[in-house]
Amino acid sequence: MSEVDTKAHDEAEERSYGFWLFLMSDAILFSLLFATYAIMVTATDNGPARTEIFGYWRTAANTALLLSSSLTMGLASIAICEARKSAAFQWIFVTMILALAFLVLEIQEFMGLVAQGAGPDRSGFLSAYFTLVGTHGAHVTVGLIWMAVLCLHLAMAPIGPAVQSATERLTMFWHLVGIVWIGIYSMVYLPGLYQ
Amino acid sequence: MFGRLTEDALPLYSEIAMAGAAVTVGGGLFVLAVVLWTSSLLYLWRNWLTSVDHKRIGIMYVVVALVMLLRGFVDALMMRAQQAMAMNSGGYLPPEHFDQIFSSHGTIMILFMAMPFLTGLINFVMPLQIGARDVAFPRLNLISLYLTAAGAGLVLISLVIGKFSTAGWTGYPPFSETEFSPGVGVDYWIWALIVSGVGTTLTGINFITTIVKRRAPGMTWMRLPLFAWTALCASILIVFAFPALTVAGAMLALDRSAGFHFFTNDGGGNAMHFANVLWMWGHPEVYILILPAFGVFSEIVATFSSKRLFAYNSLVFATVVIALLAFTTWLHHFFTMGAGASVNTAFGITTMIIAVPTGVKVFDWLMTMYRGRIRYQTPMLWTVAFLVTFTIGGMSGVLLAVPAVDYTLHNTTFLVAHFHNMVIPGALFGFFAGYVY
Repeated sequence: MSEVDTKAHDEAEERSYGFWLFLMSDAILFSLLFATYAIMVTATDNGPARTEIFGYWRTAANTALLLSSSLTMGLASIAICEARKSAAFQWIFVTMILALAFLVLEIQEFMGLVAQGAGPDRSGFLSAYFTLVGTHGAHVTVGLIWMAVLCLHLAMAPIGPAVQSATERLTMFWHLVGIVWIGIYSMVYLPGLYQ
Repeated sequence: MFGRLTEDALPLYSEIAMAGAAVTVGGGLFVLAVVLWTSSLLYLWRNWLTSVDHKRIGIMYVVVALVMLLRGFVDALMMRAQQAMAMNSGGYLPPEHFDQIFSSHGTIMILFMAMPFLTGLINFVMPLQIGARDVAFPRLNLISLYLTAAGAGLVLISLVIGKFSTAGWTGYPPFSETEFSPGVGVDYWIWALIVSGVGTTLTGINFITTIVKRRAPGMTWMRLPLFAWTALCASILIVFAFPALTVAGAMLALDRSAGFHFFTNDGGGNAMHFANVLWMWGHPEVYILILPAFGVFSEIVATFSSKRLFAYNSLVFATVVIALLAFTTWLHHFFTMGAGASVNTAFGITTMIIAVPTGVKVFDWLMTMYRGRIRYQTPMLWTVAFLVTFTIGGMSGVLLAVPAVDYTLHNTTFLVAHFHNMVIPGALFGFFAGYVY
């Protein structure tokens, strides 16, 4: 291994390490939002409670979409590691479609809730719900933009260490988004659906 | 186009506020004039404002801190003057204005004086100490500086335009909600906090990565200079505590701007939750301030006593233990909120426990001085002053850690004296000592 290679490797490692720290700090942000939700869940102010507003099929579909997008993102990152460009494009494209579908469902759900008078300004419970799920949705959006940028990178230049290290960080980010969703599904939706 | 920014926003409501605003604006214009007069704008831009060199960024942080220190210090003098003159009379400040000064003093001193000062010192010294060429992410470092400076700028702007927040530096709801604080002050305050908080989080990530990944060959953990250790622990606290500030600020902003009901009186809001989340950041924050100063004192005490640092290992462990325990004591900031006897007891005990590693440190410094050849130069004078005042502050803190005592003493000048006795020697004296050293 040449001198230059070692340096590039070190930098990629430093970047992943720094990004890990960022993700940890992000995870704490989410854990506080979860805690807020747990505290506010009963603060319905005689408005809709959690047993009344969540749809069974939509949340199940959302979960399926996001978790399979985690899988396809993993496949994309393997393709980029092995410098297979067309496969990388394919898998990133699939991931983006899945994420987009997820967002569409979520926005539909939010608009439906607001239309039936269960918007975030209705009660403390709904404020906490919209903030937690909305923050997660914002993360999904950021991930989508990042994927688009990565596609541009891929289209413009051959796959090098810079793109590979960026993909590694994007994959880490996307897995965090998936993990947080598992938390949301089991702490927010499931207790509301089966009670 | 300017929304609520109309002529009414100008500080024409009191002569004192007008004079303060004039000094702020005039100071800014004066600096600009000097820069233009010496035609050094291009030089400044190229060599300082866009520099990613860690030493220059460090110096710029300290400049921000010193400017804000002046502002915060004037606030303190104004409050004291008011208290001295207000005996049996109204004093010279209307209550509304006093509250603004009170809020801005706390916000500025903690977030825009102490934080930039310690970040600047760490930026300057830490890479040199561990033998790194720069921090791990130099460009991110500059971005953090600008985020912090933008936060400081928002505070200064808010002190000129519109009325500053009157909700204290902690901004407790429901008073800081739109129902009771309809003005723009609290909004400026929230955004200043969030913007600079993001900058600080990025700095923390930067410092941890630097210390973990960029130590020179042979610089093992137990050979790390103590200042680098404290910088590491403070950075860990930053990365794990600042999200709480962001969350608390963002929820309050949603309440104010989007009609959410996190902390409102109606709609099922829970104002006490704000105190919890804020102090989950706030308590680690005081250790973020104090730990780097401890590092500075450790270096200075050894140098100016012409001795090796006494019990290096125990100082390292005390630092790490303080960093861990910092997350376990936040509730002692609101014992009187009524969390219940057993919860208060638990947090009272953790608060007393955290005094132990701090005490260990004080003894280590004293033992370093013992039989040393002490030279009383400026950094050492700051250090000795720290040891005396900080111990007094520490003892009053252990008294306050007893919930029953706290019920009597909370919101008194005993409490104010306690934390000023902690933070002024424990942070400011350390930063001055480090600056001189």
